[in-house]
Amino acid sequence: MNYLIRRLVTFPLVMFGVSVLVFVAIRLVPGDSITAMLGTEAGLLTPEQRQSLAVYFGLDQGWFSQYWRWLSGVFSGNLGISVTYGKPVLDVILERFPLTLELAVLAMVIALGIGLPLGVFAATRNEKRSDLAVRIFAMIGQSTPSFVIGLLIIFALSAGFGILPAMGQFVPFLEDPLGNLSQLILPAMTLGLSFTASVTRISRSAVLDVLGDDYVRTARAKGAPKARVIWRHALPNALIPVVTLSGVEFGYLLGGAVLVEQIFALPGLGRLVLDAILQRDYALVQGSVLFVALNFMIVNLLVDLTYVMLDPRIRLGGRA
Amino acid sequence: MTYGFTRKLLGSAAIVASILVATAAPSFAATLKMAWAQDATGLDPHKQTAFSSIRLLELIYEPLVRLDADLKTVPAIATSWSFSEDAKTLTFKLDPKAKFHNGAPVTAADVKASFTRILDQATGAAARANYLSIEAMETPDEHTIVFKLSQPDVPLLTAMGSINAAIVPASEIAAGKIGTQAVGSGPFKLEKWEPNARETLVVNSDWAGGKPGVDGIEIRVLPDENAILAALRAKQVDFALLNDPLVATLVPKVAGLTLNRKPVLAYHVLQLNPSRKPMTELKVRQAISCAIDRKDILDTALLGEGEVTGPLTMPGYRSDPSTLFCYSRDVEKAKKLMADAGYAGGFSATVIAATGEPPTAASEAQVIQSQLQEIGIKLDIKLMELNVYVDTWLKGDFDMAVALNGGRADPYSMYNRYWTKAGNLQKVANYIDDDLDSLMQKGRVETDPAKRREIFSAFDKHLAEVSPWIWLYTGYSYTAQQQNVQGYVPTPDGSLFGISKITLK
Repeated sequence: MNYLIRRLVTFPLVMFGVSVLVFVAIRLVPGDSITAMLGTEAGLLTPEQRQSLAVYFGLDQGWFSQYWRWLSGVFSGNLGISVTYGKPVLDVILERFPLTLELAVLAMVIALGIGLPLGVFAATRNEKRSDLAVRIFAMIGQSTPSFVIGLLIIFALSAGFGILPAMGQFVPFLEDPLGNLSQLILPAMTLGLSFTASVTRISRSAVLDVLGDDYVRTARAKGAPKARVIWRHALPNALIPVVTLSGVEFGYLLGGAVLVEQIFALPGLGRLVLDAILQRDYALVQGSVLFVALNFMIVNLLVDLTYVMLDPRIRLGGRA
Repeated sequence: MTYGFTRKLLGSAAIVASILVATAAPSFAATLKMAWAQDATGLDPHKQTAFSSIRLLELIYEPLVRLDADLKTVPAIATSWSFSEDAKTLTFKLDPKAKFHNGAPVTAADVKASFTRILDQATGAAARANYLSIEAMETPDEHTIVFKLSQPDVPLLTAMGSINAAIVPASEIAAGKIGTQAVGSGPFKLEKWEPNARETLVVNSDWAGGKPGVDGIEIRVLPDENAILAALRAKQVDFALLNDPLVATLVPKVAGLTLNRKPVLAYHVLQLNPSRKPMTELKVRQAISCAIDRKDILDTALLGEGEVTGPLTMPGYRSDPSTLFCYSRDVEKAKKLMADAGYAGGFSATVIAATGEPPTAASEAQVIQSQLQEIGIKLDIKLMELNVYVDTWLKGDFDMAVALNGGRADPYSMYNRYWTKAGNLQKVANYIDDDLDSLMQKGRVETDPAKRREIFSAFDKHLAEVSPWIWLYTGYSYTAQQQNVQGYVPTPDGSLFGISKITLK
């Protein structure tokens, strides 16, 4: 409990650090909202015109006062207004988040649903042909970039069968579950494949590790069935590295999957941040990066709490 | 057991297939399903200058006049117009049938309010530079607007054909709503806009230009052009805009798809910076021009998708490239020019290029790099994100730049920004030449079309000879369509206004 409070106290500190970093970083990049809107035509502006646009985009003040104004807004839940969308930044982010969350969950389900059994299977078949096959699959899965897989899937479906999931708009699950799944299953598979490969590899080696441990030998000696030894005794202890890996991966996925969103034209968080950076929509970049950071911290905390559930010997907070 | 498994497998395959097919069935409503890779960045027609915005706004708003497929001025809100003898007064008669999307008629007062807004510095309209000769506006009646000019300005009429001179309701200006709500007088009304995702347009049945052939347009933003091609293949999209020649050239290979190619005014160019050594030397610049094989770059980087061009790219003014200075490659001459200028051993320089804008920028820079190596010039290619590139370009902070610059229907509007002494982008061009300046001024006031052509032909020839920039070629604008789409007419300014004439079979 103490631990939880201490962790929660660090949240604002980390968020503050992130906010300063992103605020400065996006401003250090050459170009601003004016050049993003006008391109080379920005050179036709008179100084007076430039000034009036700077006021419009809130660029006329010093960095410090811009930051201060933004930060005081953040404390009252106002992340500013996006100049691209003409709406509060938080609204824009929350519109995009369901898709990203669903995509991340689906990718995780695919990765763990396939990767974990595959890894355990390979571990029990150590150095046999089937183990080799699984390892080759994992190697290919991990080394093929997601955009290659995505483009191949799209090409194969459209050129081979003349079919394709609806792209460019998001159908919420509650409105049309079938339409929603048909839209997200391919991107989720694309995202999930390389992660499946990592899960397979890491669970294989973790299970292999514990299979040689004393308690497993004891369980076997007691005459426990093989499946029970693996699933009840070995696996829970092998899960720690898988949970660590999944936590990190899930955190990344919640930040959006830029390439896959780009290829499948899904309006998720990744593309939102990318477009915001390209259009120098400062408030939107700051708000969404902060949002992603918060997600990451929450996921990390959950991962730590899961450790305790999996292995009661682990005590959070330093005392062993 | 085996039977059961096979049945299960077949069952799940059928479910997956039905999920996919369910979403792929083409609909036969008269809504045009469209896709493009880059979305509009805003709705204020006076402020938006990016192609991606203009393409959308042209379907919603209207200027006084419009440019047709041959870049001739044709009626839009105005039905007729005339210049006074001294070219200092320009009078427009407005279409009495013209109405805004809110039902109000388009009046001379709206025109006056719109131009007052454009000229007001507080608006921040970049296109203001094209309308500076407007000194006063008079509205003798509801349907007549008279522009009084401070000096003769023939190119003003063509400049009026830009969507940056769109007429918006005076009431919307007063309410400060331009840019948040799109109330125009064009063929379509904007019903819904989700930036970078999609937009929904519905037909404006009151449009004075006649009834468009479709009831509405659904535009989806598919940022990857390969995905656009896939969506066309799967018949999810009727009509799409493509930028990348590498993708566009694949379209004709797909049965049932048609590719529309239209030569555009925008030109690919290698900009030299004549304020930096050794590009200060005429002979060095000319040597670069002679060492460049324009056709080779076009064939290698753009798959031959374009035409070699001199400075002027509009059909009425374009000259035969073979008549221009060193347009057929001559490496010997280039080496001699380099030696004469005292650079027989060559030199090193940096060339900047934007990633993905145009999609072929990096390959163009590489071909140029290898060509210039033959005369001893070592080029270091710096690829930059578009916005960073624009910032660097505007500061004139480069030795050389690979660029794709926009073209205009009129030579004066296209080049006064660079090659006149008072040009706003003079600091980007960094080159002052009395002859170029005086030819521009002559062309601006000349009303006789034949004489104008003569003036600008001399301008074209001289500019190619003094080689502050090395003009390369113009590309095509591409649209792809299904067989059920008919009646689309592309224009050289890259406008998609032709969509208003599309019908679906």
